[in-house]
Amino acid sequence: MRTTAPDVSASGPLSYDVVIVGGGAAGLRAAIAVAETAPALSVAIVSKVYPMRSHTVSAEGGAAAVIKDVDSLDEHFRDTVSGGDWLCDQDAVEFFVEEAPKELLRLEHWGCPWSREPDGHVAVRPFGGMKQQRTWFAADKTGFHLLHALFQTSLKHQQIVRHDEWFATKLLVDDGRVGGVAGIELATGRIETIAAKAVILCTGGCGRVYPFTTNANIKTGDGMALAYRAGGPLKDMEFVQYHPTGLPFTGILITEAARAEGGWLLNRDGYRYLQDYDLGKPEPHPVFKSMELGPRDRLSQAFVKEMEKGRTIPTSYGPIVHLDLRHLGEQTIDTKLPFVRELCRDYERIDPVRELIPVRPVVHYMMGGVHTDIDGAAGVAGLYAAGETACVSINGANRLGSNSLPECLVFGARAGEAAASHAASAPGPAASLAAQAADERRRLEELLRRDGGRERVSTLRQEMQAAMEAGAGIYRSRDDLVKSVDRVHELQDRFRSVRLTDHSLTFNTELIAALELEFMLEVAGSILHSALMREESRGAHQRVDFPRRDDEQFLAHSLICRNDDGSWRIEYPPVTITRWPPGERVYGR
Amino acid sequence: MRTIALRVARYRPEDETEPTMQEYEVPLREDWAVLDGLNHIKDHLDGTLSYRWSCRMGICGSCGMTVNGEPKLTCGTFLTDYAPGPVTVEPLRNFPVVRDLVVDISDFMGKLPTVSPWIVDSEDAAPAEGEHLQTPEELDEYQQYSMCINCMLCYSACPVYGLDQDFLGPAAIALAQRYNLDSRDHGAHQRVDVLSAADGVWSCTFVGECTTACPKGVDPAGAIQRYKLTAATESVKSLLMPWGRRSDLPRPSGADQDNNAWSREVR
Amino acid sequence: MTSYQPPMSLFWWLRRRSYFFFAVRELSSVFVAWFVVYLLLLGHAVASGEAAYREFVEWSARPWLLGLNLVALVFVVFHAVTWFRLAPQAMVVRVGGRRAPPLWVAAGHYAAWVVVSALVVWVVLA
Repeated sequence: MRTTAPDVSASGPLSYDVVIVGGGAAGLRAAIAVAETAPALSVAIVSKVYPMRSHTVSAEGGAAAVIKDVDSLDEHFRDTVSGGDWLCDQDAVEFFVEEAPKELLRLEHWGCPWSREPDGHVAVRPFGGMKQQRTWFAADKTGFHLLHALFQTSLKHQQIVRHDEWFATKLLVDDGRVGGVAGIELATGRIETIAAKAVILCTGGCGRVYPFTTNANIKTGDGMALAYRAGGPLKDMEFVQYHPTGLPFTGILITEAARAEGGWLLNRDGYRYLQDYDLGKPEPHPVFKSMELGPRDRLSQAFVKEMEKGRTIPTSYGPIVHLDLRHLGEQTIDTKLPFVRELCRDYERIDPVRELIPVRPVVHYMMGGVHTDIDGAAGVAGLYAAGETACVSINGANRLGSNSLPECLVFGARAGEAAASHAASAPGPAASLAAQAADERRRLEELLRRDGGRERVSTLRQEMQAAMEAGAGIYRSRDDLVKSVDRVHELQDRFRSVRLTDHSLTFNTELIAALELEFMLEVAGSILHSALMREESRGAHQRVDFPRRDDEQFLAHSLICRNDDGSWRIEYPPVTITRWPPGERVYGR
Repeated sequence: MRTIALRVARYRPEDETEPTMQEYEVPLREDWAVLDGLNHIKDHLDGTLSYRWSCRMGICGSCGMTVNGEPKLTCGTFLTDYAPGPVTVEPLRNFPVVRDLVVDISDFMGKLPTVSPWIVDSEDAAPAEGEHLQTPEELDEYQQYSMCINCMLCYSACPVYGLDQDFLGPAAIALAQRYNLDSRDHGAHQRVDVLSAADGVWSCTFVGECTTACPKGVDPAGAIQRYKLTAATESVKSLLMPWGRRSDLPRPSGADQDNNAWSREVR
Repeated sequence: MTSYQPPMSLFWWLRRRSYFFFAVRELSSVFVAWFVVYLLLLGHAVASGEAAYREFVEWSARPWLLGLNLVALVFVVFHAVTWFRLAPQAMVVRVGGRRAPPLWVAAGHYAAWVVVSALVVWVVLA
């Protein structure tokens, strides 16, 4: 039996005051902020997946915010700034650490099932690079619970309209002002424009530009590319976080909480090798900011050194080390790390209660992103960004684990409020947007109908991923970067003759994959260019040819802008330092 | 290299009036899931195959399909378990098929808000300044029901939903119970009408397949049976004490049932 | 949007054991209903005096009715067992603040069943 839903294409063009692209933690929080602070405004979330499928769902370990008496905002500030190797804007970090507890409490009121102390207070756990226990957690499915609590709470607000499975392909910008987005509804293939007085980009990261990543298939840097193409600069794109513990082959994340609860990293000889890399001395129990609780950049770098010494374990999926949780016991693992056990059992077919977990560093997070100010405002009037897509920057050169979930909430809310107040006074969309929308429609229709072409989407994607790993991995050099830059340029040329075999309008995932690839190539280029130009080593950006941090020249953000012809330029605005001048990063001492 | 045959359901609404099966040979690797097989097809054999996937770690709920007749998350279902094959991959049952392995779940998305799946605050007390206290035991009361990833395997396994699409369904009811049993919630009263309606818990005849199919151990069947007991107790009480309050389920005080903005018609 | 609504096969209930039992339980409710009717008739006969009761007993001894009642008994037991199996999931019983194991709840139901049955047997035979 075939059923046909009523055709709504005859109705007028879609238009909202605020349109949010992306339905993860940042996007949902922004939408609720608009609904609560400006109930008279119309707000829509467009997302290429149903919101509860967003990648926030995969976050495991927790969310940092000062709530215990022994802790202080100042310590959270200091951990974050030194963790970020002083590339964080300190005014933003100050605002962030102040707001984080309020946001996590709000989530508590919205039903997030935070794990509790026996007396009923919210429980906190230690985390890498943090000097106190301040990471709130919901077992080790924190992102999942947080996302579902946000999504379900958003259902309460009837003015939040959703366009699920709607892929944004272009920001409509006229005279330096955002006027909406163009995109495709997946189910019908209908190309639509949605007019908006303000647009907030909340599309998350771009881990999929690399071959081996914890990131979900949808993490293709859409928001970064949308802003970049619309003239908004990207900031600090060279800072790519490798998480030290991913499962080989799948890249599934084994949360840092596994180490925070007392897990050890062992090399081929069963030796806790981190003690050889200025990260402290091995103790039986976890010590703040020491050994396995060091920051992610340092741990991933230690893995590479260990590999060079031949002390890792070779497997068919490359070298690995072991994460040992056996001494924690079944009860701790089941109450604090049930998802780790579930993932090991279902995807690696081992039981961490009795066996060692094979792990290796894996691309996890983009410190960089769409350049925004503290309100989430990007470089174009009416354009905002929040979450991993954005770079405010509170993460600097290396994000601390459990800072990203509260970042989504704090800056999602802030961007929502700022976008609402902008939209309240902004004029309606300019007439010229119709022409832009028509151009975009022609471009997409041409791509969909194109019959010639030689290049497969999947081949180009694999070659791009290989180039990124070769050029912009954990350690980088000028030679490798130059080669990869050339390679990505070549791939961009080849993309012009990409061939689609699927010409259907209905749920055409090949078309979406091609558009995502186009976005990823743009983002990959910005990462490589930024990495090539930063001739120093800082946080997650390690240059073998420039092994020292250079505060003289590079205590500055890389701001990369795209020229209309596709070429680029980089500027270096200074980092905002309010009260803590650059010093040495100290761990385990 | 060893291979295994995947028999995949295809449906292209522009060209076909009903689904057909298409067979592909994919490598049979030790750690390949059915999803890896589909990705191999998409990337190397046939770019026109459509299906949903994202996190490939069993938490986003996108990749539910019918594998050899059983509803499964394809990212966590391994090809070697089906060797020597063939493995039949079809869209989830009980849903309209949009294209190939993609089903239309808008019916569920529409039902979700009707059970008020959010914390309803007490109207007696001002909103809490700090955290609500909730002991691990209180958390334990609803935690299991909070694990639902909305993957739709339970709807696919439920013959009642297959026969009657008006049935509220396992995941939606379990989610309502998740909030009913949360010590911070005061909204059980506004969920009672939807849950106790004919298309609510009473449509369930305890097949139990939803719980078997659930990849996250939510036990929606248990949630439904528990609510039946609650609903039955409620109606007996209101029968015996018609002069009393219609219900002593927690309700926001002062909220008149009829004027309550959140009370909604079942349909 | 055009979508394909797969038809539900006529024999869907044979695809799985649990589906089969589901179908059997649904259909066998007719027998459970008959059992209730029979009990009401019995009650009515008892209330109408000894003659009516004797007539009812004689009527009950007919082979077809015996057969019917035997089948009904089987299904009533089937319903009772499936109902008891479900009870631990529907009932949350707390003992000293802790949730009682499901097995206890089921055992409690069976124990109650035995006690009630024994009581009935005693009333009938004594």
